[in-house]
Amino acid sequence: MQKDMPAQNKSVRMWFDFVEWLDVRFPATETFEYHMSKYYAPKNFNFWYYFGVLGIVMLILQIVTGVWLTMNYVPSGAGAFASVEYIMRDVEYGWLLRYLHSTGASFFFIVVYLHMFRGLMYGSYRKPRELLWLIGMAIFAALIVEGFFGYLLPWGNMSYWGAQVIVSLVGAIPFVGPDLMEWVRGDFLMSEITLNRFFALHVIALPLVLVILVFVHLVALHHVGSNNPDGIEIKKNKGPNGIPVDGIAFHPYYTVHDIHATVIFLFLFCVVVFYFPEGGGYFLEKPNFEMADPLKTPEHIAPVWYYTPFYAMLRAATYPLFGMDAKFWGFVVMAGAIVLPAVLPWLDRSPVKSIRYKGALSKVMLGLFVISFVVLGYLGTIAPSDGATALAQVGTIVYFAYFVLMPWYTRAEKTKPEPDRVTP
Amino acid sequence: MTSAEGSADHASHDAGPVDKERRYFLIGATSAVAAVGVAGAAVPFLASWAPSARARALGAPIKIDISRLEAGQMLGPIPAWRGKPVFVLSRSAEVLERLNTQTEKLEDPHSKRLTQQPESARNAWRSTKPEVGVYLGLCTHLGCSPKYYPVVEATDFDAEWAGGFFCPCHGSKFDLAGRVYAGVPAPANLEVPPYRYESETVLVIGDDEGAA
Repeated sequence: MQKDMPAQNKSVRMWFDFVEWLDVRFPATETFEYHMSKYYAPKNFNFWYYFGVLGIVMLILQIVTGVWLTMNYVPSGAGAFASVEYIMRDVEYGWLLRYLHSTGASFFFIVVYLHMFRGLMYGSYRKPRELLWLIGMAIFAALIVEGFFGYLLPWGNMSYWGAQVIVSLVGAIPFVGPDLMEWVRGDFLMSEITLNRFFALHVIALPLVLVILVFVHLVALHHVGSNNPDGIEIKKNKGPNGIPVDGIAFHPYYTVHDIHATVIFLFLFCVVVFYFPEGGGYFLEKPNFEMADPLKTPEHIAPVWYYTPFYAMLRAATYPLFGMDAKFWGFVVMAGAIVLPAVLPWLDRSPVKSIRYKGALSKVMLGLFVISFVVLGYLGTIAPSDGATALAQVGTIVYFAYFVLMPWYTRAEKTKPEPDRVTP
Repeated sequence: MTSAEGSADHASHDAGPVDKERRYFLIGATSAVAAVGVAGAAVPFLASWAPSARARALGAPIKIDISRLEAGQMLGPIPAWRGKPVFVLSRSAEVLERLNTQTEKLEDPHSKRLTQQPESARNAWRSTKPEVGVYLGLCTHLGCSPKYYPVVEATDFDAEWAGGFFCPCHGSKFDLAGRVYAGVPAPANLEVPPYRYESETVLVIGDDEGAA
């Protein structure tokens, strides 16, 4: 290395000259420092802090594979299904591009659900991160809609009837429902017209919204600073140099850390893509290998797994109330279940943020919440029966209780004192 | 894990000078592995732009019946191989004689540019059988399809026209063996596709397996 120094010095000098030229015209160094090399993240991040970065990895993967699929996909009633088969059989590596995208959707949701669970555990939604949490909820909502539009595009029979069911939910809205439903479809039934508008929204509108929201999410995060497993503010304890004592620079410490995690994650992802791309019928459902038929509903219709908790709650509403029918309440329950986490910052009244220092009640409620979510997720995949519906009703009550009772149980329980410094 | 990172940041004063050689080696090694990974991941995306199985099937060899082709005529409707027009023309003995002798205005009369024809068509007629010429009907300049002007007469584009093809886009001229004139925009003779005779009257275009 020593004997290369002169040459190296020259290239290093050229690089610095270039950066100087650039910085006069563009905030390159400033931006890099603000977001990377001088962004101080708590040093006690654990396993759960990988999923934010992995979410970005999945977003990029979905955009790139999506762009490539669009090159051969035909958004028409007559051509859509055949074009997907064409991609699978005739296009060079088309099967891989499609499996990356379809498996990618499932993995995107896995990552996002774990990322959100991390927030629940460590109180990442609490002040000053309420807006950060709300932006995240907007991302989640946009992702749900994005996935829904995308699922219609293969124009398989499950795509068709799944979309038919969800669009029919709009019909549950009082007074305007039926007209609104027709407007959303642009036809008297799910048709090529619906397919074309869903295609436009799936490939242009929502990805754009998602990218902007993710950008804003990061801006908000880097403004308030990251939370950590202890739920204490590292900015309250700064060294003489003004840097949080418990903070380490995101670059290089967490960039290297996250690259490592990304590689392991991609290994797991590739195992599924190459060996279990249909995910046992959960990632790609069997009836979807048959073309959309408006006259024949599949034997058993269920959404993809990442929607099933909400779908189970939709089906769990079986009683009319206050003069409104059960269909309306199903819609309200489902929409409520998706939207309710957004108000968490104002529901949690605990003096501490992290589950580590919260009391037993919070731990039990979080545990019950996770169990209800998983059980509802399972119930949403199976055919309806009296027993399943009753269980789904219990699950729905538990799911809502976690949120609705939170102002009470977070104050009633005895919490442990938070430490002054983060713990390893 | 986290404590090690913490000490790396805060205890660097005690840890002595940074071992830059080690650092550059690790950065270099990591970057090299990453480059291999990116290159590997790029393969499916780049390869998917190649002609698909359907495109290749549509580009398979075609058969053309030339039993009704008369001397001095070009086959019409113009057949297409891989979506490109193919000129199949029948040439009289008189034309062949002219092709053999009138070569002074041509850029490459002896087909020296090897990419423009299979070996079996590297002769004065640029075809396997002298009387039947087979050429891809796309100008070697910018890909327009030249027009067929077989008659020897004065034309708007050439007062001493000896019969051949004229490209309306940029004025390139070719003789009846698809040989390009010197001094026109087109740089090379019309391409001869691979072809063979399945029988006396059936041509297979796109396949010269077994051709002489």
